[in-house]
Amino acid sequence: MSVPVLEVSAVDKRFPGVHALRGVSLSLAAGRVHALVGENGAGKSTLIKVMTGVYRPDAGTVALGGVPVVFGGPIEAQRAGISTIYQEINLIPLMSVARNLFLGREPRRFGLVDVRTMNRRAVAVLREYGLDMDTAAVARPLRTLGLGAQQMVAIARAVGVDARVVVMDEPTSSLERREVTTLFEVIARLAAKGIAVLYVSHRLDELYSICDGVTVLRDGVVVHTGSLSDVDRLGLVSLMLGRDAAAVRSEGVTAFAAAHGDAADLPVLRAQDIEVRHRVHDVSLAIRPGEVVGLGGLLGSGRSETAKAIAGGLRRDGGTVEVSGRRLRRDTVGAAVRAGVVLLPEDRKAEGIIPSLSVRQNIVLAALPRLSRVGLLSRRRQDEIVAYFMDRLRIKAASPDQKVSELSGGNQQKVLLARWLCLRPKVLLLDEPTRGIDVGAKAQVQRLIDELAGDGLGVLLISSELEELIEGSDRVVVLREGRAVAELSGDEVTEQHLMRALAAEADDD
Amino acid sequence: MTGTDTATVAGSPPSTTSGAPTRGERLLEVVQRQGAFAVLVLVVAAASIASPGFATVGNVTSVLVGNAYPALLALGMTFVIISGGIDLSVGSVFALGGVLAAYGAGHGGPIVAIILPIAVCTAFGLVQGLLVARAGMAPFIVTLAGLLGARGLLQAISHEGQNTYQVPAGSWFAAIGAGTWVPVVTVIVLFALGALLLQRTPFGHNVFAVGGNANAATLLGVPVRRTRTLVYVLSAGLAGVAGTLNAARLTSGVTEIGIGYELTAIAVTVIGGTLLAGGAGSVLGTAAGVLLLAVIQNLIGHYISQYGSSASAAVNGAFLAVVVLLQTYLSRARRIT
Amino acid sequence: MTELSVGQQRVRWVGWLRDYGVYAGLVVLLAVDTALNPGFLASSDLRVQTFQLVPTLLVSLGMATVIATEGIDLSVGAVIALAAALLPLYLGYNAGLAIAVCLAGGLLAGLVNGLMVAISRVQPIVATLAMMIGLRGIAVIFNGNQAKPVLDPTLGALGLNSVLGVPIMAWLALVVVLAVVFLVRRTTFGQHMLAVGDNRTASRLAGLPVRRVLLTVYLISGVLAAAAGVLLVGHGAEADPANQGLNIELAAITAVVVGGTPLSGGRIRVVGTVAGALFMQLLSATLIQHDVPNSYAQILEAVIICVAVYAARDRGAR
Repeated sequence: MSVPVLEVSAVDKRFPGVHALRGVSLSLAAGRVHALVGENGAGKSTLIKVMTGVYRPDAGTVALGGVPVVFGGPIEAQRAGISTIYQEINLIPLMSVARNLFLGREPRRFGLVDVRTMNRRAVAVLREYGLDMDTAAVARPLRTLGLGAQQMVAIARAVGVDARVVVMDEPTSSLERREVTTLFEVIARLAAKGIAVLYVSHRLDELYSICDGVTVLRDGVVVHTGSLSDVDRLGLVSLMLGRDAAAVRSEGVTAFAAAHGDAADLPVLRAQDIEVRHRVHDVSLAIRPGEVVGLGGLLGSGRSETAKAIAGGLRRDGGTVEVSGRRLRRDTVGAAVRAGVVLLPEDRKAEGIIPSLSVRQNIVLAALPRLSRVGLLSRRRQDEIVAYFMDRLRIKAASPDQKVSELSGGNQQKVLLARWLCLRPKVLLLDEPTRGIDVGAKAQVQRLIDELAGDGLGVLLISSELEELIEGSDRVVVLREGRAVAELSGDEVTEQHLMRALAAEADDD
Repeated sequence: MTGTDTATVAGSPPSTTSGAPTRGERLLEVVQRQGAFAVLVLVVAAASIASPGFATVGNVTSVLVGNAYPALLALGMTFVIISGGIDLSVGSVFALGGVLAAYGAGHGGPIVAIILPIAVCTAFGLVQGLLVARAGMAPFIVTLAGLLGARGLLQAISHEGQNTYQVPAGSWFAAIGAGTWVPVVTVIVLFALGALLLQRTPFGHNVFAVGGNANAATLLGVPVRRTRTLVYVLSAGLAGVAGTLNAARLTSGVTEIGIGYELTAIAVTVIGGTLLAGGAGSVLGTAAGVLLLAVIQNLIGHYISQYGSSASAAVNGAFLAVVVLLQTYLSRARRIT
Repeated sequence: MTELSVGQQRVRWVGWLRDYGVYAGLVVLLAVDTALNPGFLASSDLRVQTFQLVPTLLVSLGMATVIATEGIDLSVGAVIALAAALLPLYLGYNAGLAIAVCLAGGLLAGLVNGLMVAISRVQPIVATLAMMIGLRGIAVIFNGNQAKPVLDPTLGALGLNSVLGVPIMAWLALVVVLAVVFLVRRTTFGQHMLAVGDNRTASRLAGLPVRRVLLTVYLISGVLAAAAGVLLVGHGAEADPANQGLNIELAAITAVVVGGTPLSGGRIRVVGTVAGALFMQLLSATLIQHDVPNSYAQILEAVIICVAVYAARDRGAR
């Protein structure tokens, strides 16, 4: 076999508190399309950043065409022939298509940019990528194009004249199906030209239709690498999730107890036909009091978006939410909170905590209007509430006045839970409630979820950890590409069923 | 404009729109870009019909000459705003340039009168640019401090404003700013050069890229910091040139000049179709904005002369608010990523 | 390792400068002044200083609430001009009515700013810049383009008289300071304001009334600016919309930032803001007393602003 175009060997990368990559090796061959898969936190994006010069590895080497290289930054990697296409289109929307294409390498005449030549060349280049535009069209701002066409311009720019490796990080996440087809044609053409493509996606259908090889990352380690035809969908999903497809555990490893909820009760939450453009399509859910409903799906399947849309945090493009039989009239967080539906967001830091406020202030934040009279705070009532929840949830802080940003992740998560619990909600939407918190806190949070359901709350549980989802939930709704594709209940709530549902092929509708 | 110009809100969906803009949005976009020209034509036509005195040669030249040099501040501002920043110091730097030019003319001759102000103002812009681009401070606060600093500097030079330096009689320096057509032609030439710089050079493209999406620009290999620094250098440099020419015209370094000019420059630039959020705009649009406000000012002066400048300030503000609301609506309707 | 600790020391030093620099500066200034001029604290000069300080202080307090939400209000000077223009129009009826109209005018300006920021989501600097440019023009037209003498006993008293040996103005400032402290520490609104400024996304997802909070801070800023305008007119016995309140936005932002409130929002230091305003006032008074030319004072002020903004810069992970 010839020398790989790009070879990463035994790369290690640490961040404070995280060992992101451990001895990761990956090699890309000319003319081949290689898939890189893994769940959240597996280290995919770190690996990509090492390959494209954003990060420098702590150990290990990156070799380009057999020659070890050290990139000072993304620009150097680009110059060396490694181009990256990001999930979000990293172009300048207000600049013309041609300018975006040639930014930094504009054709010149007498020292000035030769706009006519530039536009003419842009037309020629874009034709190769299936975009039929004339010189007037390429002079218009990029944003007048559809997203698919924009993504194609980004690829055309990235590939340029001298790319040897093209890294595509979820390039299809905002494309229509037709646009995906065009993209695949382009990828095939790139491969035919001898360019090595690294393709990152969560959509199994896409992987199986265009990739030759695959590397699976989990927790910073390569767990599998080889030809894609040697591993079936179920096998790939088990590798990503770290489960043995054959064996189903009989014993629990989580702190969850048995089932809860009474099937006879009317739903406390009923979400009907939730629609969020490009993200969630026609998802319907019902949660009864005391029931924990799991929301399963691979990364990017629209789980968080579904929860956010129900809680009013993301604008719904369609669908209704009913709480205890009463339809929410307004699509805002405030309306949902008043009705008793609250969301614990996935990204604790960006969407949850108010970092420079104290533990106390964070806990009572949402309940303030109820704890105060004509807008004046009652310190005594605040203290009671805060003391009660710090005790009940075992929040470890030096004092209620400590800044919340100084707490550990687990304690921050408990603070956020306390923020909602003091409102006495009816429905809790929990998006990855135990991610990134230590084992002890994790068990505590899991036990708490059980207790809350026991108290009659309806819970929607989103988790990437299979055992948490299986053992914590009474029912599991499985999402794929924004659609509810399966619902497991009773005896079906097992890892095998869940994985099969995750790995199933998409229906062609 | 407060330093976080391109940070997307975490957790917002990567995209909500697909496909080309609707016809209504396109129409609004055309209005936003070409509106100044259209309004200019309308106002001039209406004024010529309504008041026969408007279209006379004398009035036209007074409109043009009266606004010639301060228009250069708007030219520099166009670059700064397109890059996603703002420069509130130009009025003070303009005055500083004038005082330095007159001082130089008296103490070293015409060459010094030209080189000294431009060098000092450029250096002033460099300091501001570095504070914005390297130290990561918000442009408005840096240039607001710059407004104060430049004023202080010029007062120090002019002995607290007591000395109004005069350009010596007979110095050829006075000739570069004198007459009716010299200023107009100079400004037109500089605007043409500015348009070339913005539209036809890699630097100009970089300015658009930095203002359009600084994160993407970094990934596309644009020297973001250098570009950001240079727009402030350019803006202060042009303000210095404008001050120099103005001093030559007035044959003295007037200290109480340029107050509030930065506001007019911003208004004119934005009315001319430059997005205050950065990333889009044109020198030609700014020129239209300059002329439009000049004409309106002239008309106001003609009809309600006692309120001249304040009425045009009110008009500026109202214009600005309307244009900015329009821009915000447009950029929200078509937000990408 | 050593590199890290040097970096940490630097951060700690800058943090100290941000949090306590203004108090240290005040102490040093006072010490220098009393040393050079033993009668300094007793002199009637102090009264003059108070009259100059209070309007700026009121505007600074409003500015501080806006800055706490990661906003800025450049229109405060223009609101002062509006107040100066409205006062003479209504003084003929009744001083109380005239003042009420001025404050209502300030509220209205704040409402427009707030609606642009909270509802239309225009960047605060842009929204208030338009107001800054347009409103003064309107005010000057209202007033007939000239400074008018204002000889009203009530306004004059507000601007010049004392109660218990302390100017009424200073009492007023004290009341407003206490009110703002109370607002920040003891009300729901105060907590919401800080939360919105610190992490707007999280605030929205926590169900806080983000828009209402944003709207309210601009209303506060507008009404305090109008109050400052009333005091300026009363003290000067003259309504001059073309010049009153010019550059006060800069003085206010300086006081807030020197007082340790970062421009990036989420924090407010009310007492620090008072100290900041006091420090800047005292500094200019000291410089004048020692015949330092105004020009150098201005340059020094510009440098202090830059240092304060640099020290209060958001170095957080966000």
